Amino acid sequence: MEGMQTGMTDTEIISRVLGGDQQGFSALLDRYQNYVFTLVLRFTNSREDAEEVSQDIFVKAYRCLADFRGDSKFSTWLYTIVRTTCITFLRKKRIETISLDDEKVFLQAEARESTLKANMVEAKSRKSMVNEAIRLLGPEDAQIITLFYNAEQSLEEIGKILGIEPNTAKIKLYRARQKLKEKMEKHFSYEVREIQSG
Amino acid sequence: MKYVKFKVDSIQSLPGVGTTNFVEQNKSFGEGYMNEKLIREERLWDFIDGRLTQTEALAIEKLIATSTEWQNSYQELLECHKLINNTGLEAPSLRFSKNVMEEIAKYQIAKATKTYINRKVIWSIGGFFIIIILGLLIYGMSQITWSGKRSPGFLSNYDFSKFDWSQFFSSTYVNIFLMINVVLGLALLDLYLQRRKRQSKEEA
Repeated sequence: MEGMQTGMTDTEIISRVLGGDQQGFSALLDRYQNYVFTLVLRFTNSREDAEEVSQDIFVKAYRCLADFRGDSKFSTWLYTIVRTTCITFLRKKRIETISLDDEKVFLQAEARESTLKANMVEAKSRKSMVNEAIRLLGPEDAQIITLFYNAEQSLEEIGKILGIEPNTAKIKLYRARQKLKEKMEKHFSYEVREIQSG
Repeated sequence: MKYVKFKVDSIQSLPGVGTTNFVEQNKSFGEGYMNEKLIREERLWDFIDGRLTQTEALAIEKLIATSTEWQNSYQELLECHKLINNTGLEAPSLRFSKNVMEEIAKYQIAKATKTYINRKVIWSIGGFFIIIILGLLIYGMSQITWSGKRSPGFLSNYDFSKFDWSQFFSSTYVNIFLMINVVLGLALLDLYLQRRKRQSKEEA
């Protein structure tokens, strides 16, 4: 993600913002808004909530920008704010996010699955199909898939972000992918067959 | 059953398979779950993600080329990988950037945390406690009457039951110690509140 659009590195932009160029923050915003929004969406499953939380995250990131020491990637540092803000948001909303084994989360997933069945016709493109399937996963599984595939974070970086060993991150990613594959086969079997045959 | 066991053993004997903690960590799934398919898919994901050494990758390539099972699994996982890879990130509404920029215009960047954690305060608190401990020890030592024969085991001969501990841990000492801690705590609280007040003034 670094070096896109403005041609400046994240560190250069941050130095300018810290030097008083508040408008310079818009370059960071352009670069990371989709990254943050997607990650938040994996937690909230609602675009309205995701926008509100994402906005809050960027405000926090701006206010704490002086704390970014540059010893990790900016995206890694930003993710720590994403995670804490989302957890606080979910606590406020009293949503259980422990694991899929938890009965309440299971019921939530079931509810989401039935909504999905009703809207299945709308899942026209491959992209929306995968996104719908990701939404059926628990937040932890959805996060790890998004970090690995969309945010292009290595297993070492994911391990650092989540406070786990890279090998544990690898196993979590493997399980998340298996679950995603099962969800796609269960809910989008026709599309999957079409893709495989085409 | 013997056939399955043989196949699992043969996969585990592949280069690198035995070195991962995967099999160990999946024991919780139960022996039945830890089957040939599980190990095969784990190796194939490693192959797709490019996490194998050249020797391991060649061994997997050979298996894909020769075994229908490996070939089918590989195609299945590769499709899944491509699908997830092409998902891309989701975008917020067009007004999002404008909203954020309007919001941050109300704030200033806070000072880095490390700048307001004063090391001098930490060192002085540490030093204070060390001085108190040393002072008590020196005072205690000076109160002991060093008499009697010095022998290699003189400490073991010393009757500690006769030692008067009350002179060191009398209620006066304890009270002084607690009082100093309370004063120190209040001073720190005052420092913290002053800093917060200064920060809120700066933000305003």
